[in-house]
Amino acid sequence: MTAEAIELDSWLERLPLTLRDLLAGPIPGPWRWIVQDVIAIAVVLAVFPLLFAFLTLAERKVLGRIQNRPGPNRVGWGGILQPFADGIKMLTKEDIVPRAADPVLHFLAPVALVSFSLLSLAVIPYGRHLVPLDLDAGILYFFAASASSELAVFMAGWAGRNKYSLLAAMRALAQLISYELPLLLSLVPVVMLAGTLSPSGIVAAQAGWSAGFLPHWNILTPWGLAGFAIFMVAALAEANRSPFDLPEAESELIAGHLTEYSGFKYALFFMAEYFAMCALSGMAVTLFLGGWQAPVAILQFVPSYGWFAIKLLSLLLGFIWIRATLPRLRIDQLMRLAWKFLLPLALINLVTASFWHLSAGWGAAAQPLRWGLGLALVAVPFVVIGRRLSTGLGPRTYRYAAP
Amino acid sequence: MLGTGILKGLAVTAKNLAGSFHDPGRFVTTQYPEQRSVLPENYRNFPFLVAEDDKDPMGTLRCVACQICEKECPPQCIYIEKSRDKKPDAAGKMQLYPAVFDIDISVCMSCQICVEVCPFDAIKMDQEFEIATDNRFRPLLRDREQLARSNRYFQQVHPTEAAEVDARLAAARRAAEEKAAAKAPPPARQEVQTKPATERPDPPAGGIKTEA
Repeated sequence: MTAEAIELDSWLERLPLTLRDLLAGPIPGPWRWIVQDVIAIAVVLAVFPLLFAFLTLAERKVLGRIQNRPGPNRVGWGGILQPFADGIKMLTKEDIVPRAADPVLHFLAPVALVSFSLLSLAVIPYGRHLVPLDLDAGILYFFAASASSELAVFMAGWAGRNKYSLLAAMRALAQLISYELPLLLSLVPVVMLAGTLSPSGIVAAQAGWSAGFLPHWNILTPWGLAGFAIFMVAALAEANRSPFDLPEAESELIAGHLTEYSGFKYALFFMAEYFAMCALSGMAVTLFLGGWQAPVAILQFVPSYGWFAIKLLSLLLGFIWIRATLPRLRIDQLMRLAWKFLLPLALINLVTASFWHLSAGWGAAAQPLRWGLGLALVAVPFVVIGRRLSTGLGPRTYRYAAP
Repeated sequence: MLGTGILKGLAVTAKNLAGSFHDPGRFVTTQYPEQRSVLPENYRNFPFLVAEDDKDPMGTLRCVACQICEKECPPQCIYIEKSRDKKPDAAGKMQLYPAVFDIDISVCMSCQICVEVCPFDAIKMDQEFEIATDNRFRPLLRDREQLARSNRYFQQVHPTEAAEVDARLAAARRAAEEKAAAKAPPPARQEVQTKPATERPDPPAGGIKTEA
């Protein structure tokens, strides 16, 4: 930790730690770490379900506004209590298990899904001192945990003994495995250039500002920009969000792998989906947006977890915005996008990142050339591959209907 | 270039999001219990019985208990019992009246056949839609007291149809009066003429006014 960082260690910054020590204070020494960890777990378990609740409300409100309607506005003040009304409704609904279903798997699938998505929340550095689990191989752990959710999705599809569930689970597996690749490849340059797999190490590698206002975030480099875009598109697919929500395409597959679920189990699936969305957004913030770092040096008086929350919420709003805008892809378009477009771009991005790394020593006069080359390495493959993929596809002609 | 269409779409949705905050005219929905949209005139749901006078609806029902609607009703939701005595109708003629007139609106399918077959313009379609109850038996079975609405109410909910009906009834009444005047001696004529005039608050005039 630099001298500047220690100086900025205000009481507000340390407030969560102070509160935790206050609670764990009376516990005798050898046992204190258990209590501290339990408190950290409890905080994660309290914050993210609350965030989930209000995220569903925000989503419905924003979607409504985009469609020029007010959204839910009846429960509480302007609809603020809507998520709790929904929760009570979900809790009191009948839990139906089909007679042909495998009862154990049917019960286990939502539980497994929620626990895997909660596991991935553990390694994200939420603030300067707020890392619930500071693993050296945190990135590896994170993607191992989020990849296990595919198992739970297939479990859900299989257990219902329903053709729609099974079809949707197949699709979900195909989609999740295909998008794992660009997702992981887009973050390889981050890991390579930071030289560590630890999320807090990656945040530390993005510390500092040029001239006090240009942060050294990964997104402000050519390879970081491309990596962030690829990461976010793949994260949309990993989180089953529109326009990649094929596993639960209601117009084709009833409710996908959720067809045979009702009541609170259904709510758990929903919760897991939002947890995954939060976790992937949090990872995107950590990898590309400088984690909890302030964007400008003079804004460091805002505590680091505040900056993390602002970045996380704006990414989540971006998810909602994209959902409100784009229609769903067809399954072949989905696969094409992953294998023919994102994967080559992610591989080329490795080259861009290595060029950026090797040209780090260029003088000030060569900086425009460095940026030009870097951006060309991103833009030219994008345009060329995009052109190649879209030849012969448009514009659509209408033989019978008026355009 | 690949991706520009997505950016255009994002701009459209962002414009709508921002617009919905500063331009209430964009809203396409009505906040129902507080705001109400005006029903189209031809909206109809369940039948009601037309009474000439809203002070004494039971005494001035146009219905003469002919039971055509009861027989024609496809789901058979109408139940009528004829009266034993007779009362003078709108044209002053002595007629039966319904002692019991029930419509089960949980059975009614709003087809308007009862209205079309009624030769006396005594049953018309209402616009009242807030009929939810917490009991599916008694509150949905409406008797003649609940079904009766004044002709003035009919003029309010269906002005065009009411004007046409009022004009037709007034013409029929005039024809009846002229016929009676041609037939009867002068003292009897006076008696017939005064009767409807005292009973009704002049519906033809109201009908002509709404038409204009």
